[in-house]
Amino acid sequence: MIEFQSVTKQYQGGSPAVDQLTMSIDKGSITVFVGPSGCGKTTSLRMINRMVEPTSGVITVDGRDVTTVAAAELRRSMGYVMQSSGLMPHRSVLDNIATVPRLNGVSKAEARKRATELLDVVGLASSLGKRYPSQLSGGQQQRVGVARALAADPPILLMDEPFSAVDPVVRDELQQELLRLQQDLAKTIVFVTHDIDEATILGDKVAVFAVGGKLAQYSTPEEILRAPANDFVASFVGRDRGFRHLGFTTSDAVAVHPVPTLVSRAGQFDGDPAAVTDWQLVVDKDMRPLGWARPGTDADLIPGGSLFHPGDSLRRALDSALSSPSGQGVAVDGEGRVLGAIRAPEVLAVIEAARQVRQAAL
Amino acid sequence: MEWFLANSGMVLERAGQHLVLALVPMVLGLVISIPLAQLARIHPVLRSVIVTASSLLYTIPSLALFIILPSILGTRILDPINVIVALTIYAVALLVRAALDAFDSVEEDLRQAATAMGYKPWLRFVQIDLPLSLPVMFAGLRVVSVSNISLVSVAALLGVGNLGMLFTDGLQRNFVTEVVVGIVAILVLALLMDAVLVLLERLLTPWTRAAKAPGPSVPLSARYVADANVHAGAGP
Amino acid sequence: MSNIFTDTFAWLADPIHWTGSSGIPVRLVEHLQYSGLVLVIAAAIAVPVGLYIGHTGRGRVVAVAVAGALRALPTLGLLVLFALLAGSSLMPPVWALVILTVPPLLAGTYAGIASVDRAVVDAARAMGMTELQILFRVELPNGLQVMFGGIRTAVLQVIATVSVVAYLPLGGLGRYLFDGLVLQDFPRMLAGSLLIAALAIVFDLILAAVQRTVLSPGLKPDPRGGRTATADLPAAAPAPAAVQGGTYER
Repeated sequence: MIEFQSVTKQYQGGSPAVDQLTMSIDKGSITVFVGPSGCGKTTSLRMINRMVEPTSGVITVDGRDVTTVAAAELRRSMGYVMQSSGLMPHRSVLDNIATVPRLNGVSKAEARKRATELLDVVGLASSLGKRYPSQLSGGQQQRVGVARALAADPPILLMDEPFSAVDPVVRDELQQELLRLQQDLAKTIVFVTHDIDEATILGDKVAVFAVGGKLAQYSTPEEILRAPANDFVASFVGRDRGFRHLGFTTSDAVAVHPVPTLVSRAGQFDGDPAAVTDWQLVVDKDMRPLGWARPGTDADLIPGGSLFHPGDSLRRALDSALSSPSGQGVAVDGEGRVLGAIRAPEVLAVIEAARQVRQAAL
Repeated sequence: MEWFLANSGMVLERAGQHLVLALVPMVLGLVISIPLAQLARIHPVLRSVIVTASSLLYTIPSLALFIILPSILGTRILDPINVIVALTIYAVALLVRAALDAFDSVEEDLRQAATAMGYKPWLRFVQIDLPLSLPVMFAGLRVVSVSNISLVSVAALLGVGNLGMLFTDGLQRNFVTEVVVGIVAILVLALLMDAVLVLLERLLTPWTRAAKAPGPSVPLSARYVADANVHAGAGP
Repeated sequence: MSNIFTDTFAWLADPIHWTGSSGIPVRLVEHLQYSGLVLVIAAAIAVPVGLYIGHTGRGRVVAVAVAGALRALPTLGLLVLFALLAGSSLMPPVWALVILTVPPLLAGTYAGIASVDRAVVDAARAMGMTELQILFRVELPNGLQVMFGGIRTAVLQVIATVSVVAYLPLGGLGRYLFDGLVLQDFPRMLAGSLLIAALAIVFDLILAAVQRTVLSPGLKPDPRGGRTATADLPAAAPAPAAVQGGTYER
């Protein structure tokens, strides 16, 4: 467990970057520091491994004051991933990953073996190990950065906006990868971002910082979206927070209805699409959805919306129904086979019911 | 000091010769380098040729060049033209690189934006590329200025008139004062030229100083503050 | 005009000029000895100071000012001054040349270290490297490219200016220039000039080759291909400029 006790950081001649921060970070979970630029989130993170020394206050890791440990030694006990991957351009990918084990005196061969394993852990082909960082894409570099941080198997991982320089598709991929990794590794991760979406996706708990280094709210993402502590948090969380909050409510109560289907075989439909009077879901021979056929027209395949998996959040359920041309969200099983359809009005009814339950609980 | 006062006329005359020998090659070098650098930017092959050639030229020792040139140009060894040509070669060697770096320092986005606004290539070069490359260009010019002023004195060994004569003369007469006056005069000359270049740069690039002044607050945080105002009524 | 060149060639080809105490091999060795001595002393001063300034950022302003002022000193004036004050033995001109060689070496070393991406240094520190480990395992290998610019400038400059010590008079290839000047023997002067220029070019090529082998492939523009031409780029110009203007560093 990491604990901040009245920690303040003041740079010469400026207002405090971090002001009287007191919080404790749970072991084995992801805690996200989020806030606008200049809110002290990165400074707070960097005080944990003494890249920045606090002006006053104490930071402890498992009860031990971090200032009692030599800085270099302390840092080797924590993984660190930063925005620009910070990979050493003159060393191969493998040697980059092996850096901290080598600093700890592990033999070169052993460190490289471990590094090769880690390439696999972060989802990179082992053939990339011989390359140099400049030969990798931005997303691959960030994966190497994560592997490097994991190399000495530290219990704590500090991540400073690690995914903010990659494009949205890759960022999404990396976020899912991190969550998958965390299921196996259960590290104590402190993650800094300015993106509230990323914070709510990744965080077990989210700390919202306000300008001037003040902690505005520290809670679960669900609560921050549902009940922002003040106007600052409300505005920071943004316009779509009501919709995003649905991401934390289960859709178990949403009914899946049977849906009329047309099977497409090599581009030909079984049956006559022009004869039907209702939207028909076009599927392949394995019942995987291909799109929709509009009623009363020739069979032009209209692309479908997002797919819904039972167990998804209400946000996904609603999006699936709203994004479908037929107004019906397509529910599929783990293999991608059609289970049926969900309907937007019913999803809204479930949302309203959930709100009433919450209100009654207050 | 007494010696200097007694001979100030001579020293000033030498300084004048020195300045001309240093300054003319610098201007010539600049005039030659800019089109060369522009050519190098456009053709990658030319670029490597020009870069290699310029670094090769720079390896030729000045004294050697002063002596080789007359037999190539057909001039007399005492002719100041040799010094001017030699120093122009060095100036070009340095300034082509500086100009290339200078043009590279102009952001490609900006060039694209200028093109998108309808600038024709020539106008874009004069109004966008050239002014924005000035800071890096001037850094190169200052190097050339200092090294030229120092190099000119070597020409005195061959008998070409400049402040370097004070060294050759001083050594022959075993007269330290004269040598010291020569060194100080050259330092003063280099300093003055540098000051002129710095001043010129400041005059030509007023925007570089404006950027360093504390600007308005960070746009991102400003946006959040603005948002907060809009949402003030919508809080829980 | 062509007869000057044929005369020069004849002078170079004459076996008499390749033997004896004033033969080309002896002059060449003298030239290399002076140059080597100057470079070793200058490097012993400039490299540690440059590493310190580059790593800590401390003393940068002072170093830039001092190096700039030293650069403006006229070589010939300093050589003559030292010779007059301390006699025409070997060491006075060597010290004069050391003073002139320190600035490019210092600037190159400092600029090399300072050119390393701060994010990489930051990451190295965050991983728990000590300051010395950061300097020698991260900053030095990554700064080599720029550092070599300063080294090559310094070597060229020393080989060129060592010719001038012959004026004092000491040995070295410069003797052919000055003896030729006195005797109005143009082929001898031209031959000496060609020898010095050739020596400078040969050393620059050697250093370029060394640079290529020492430099990590990961630092080349395209590590997969053989396109290393642009890796040679920062030879003479960039390093001195970094110290001169300050605006040059990007």
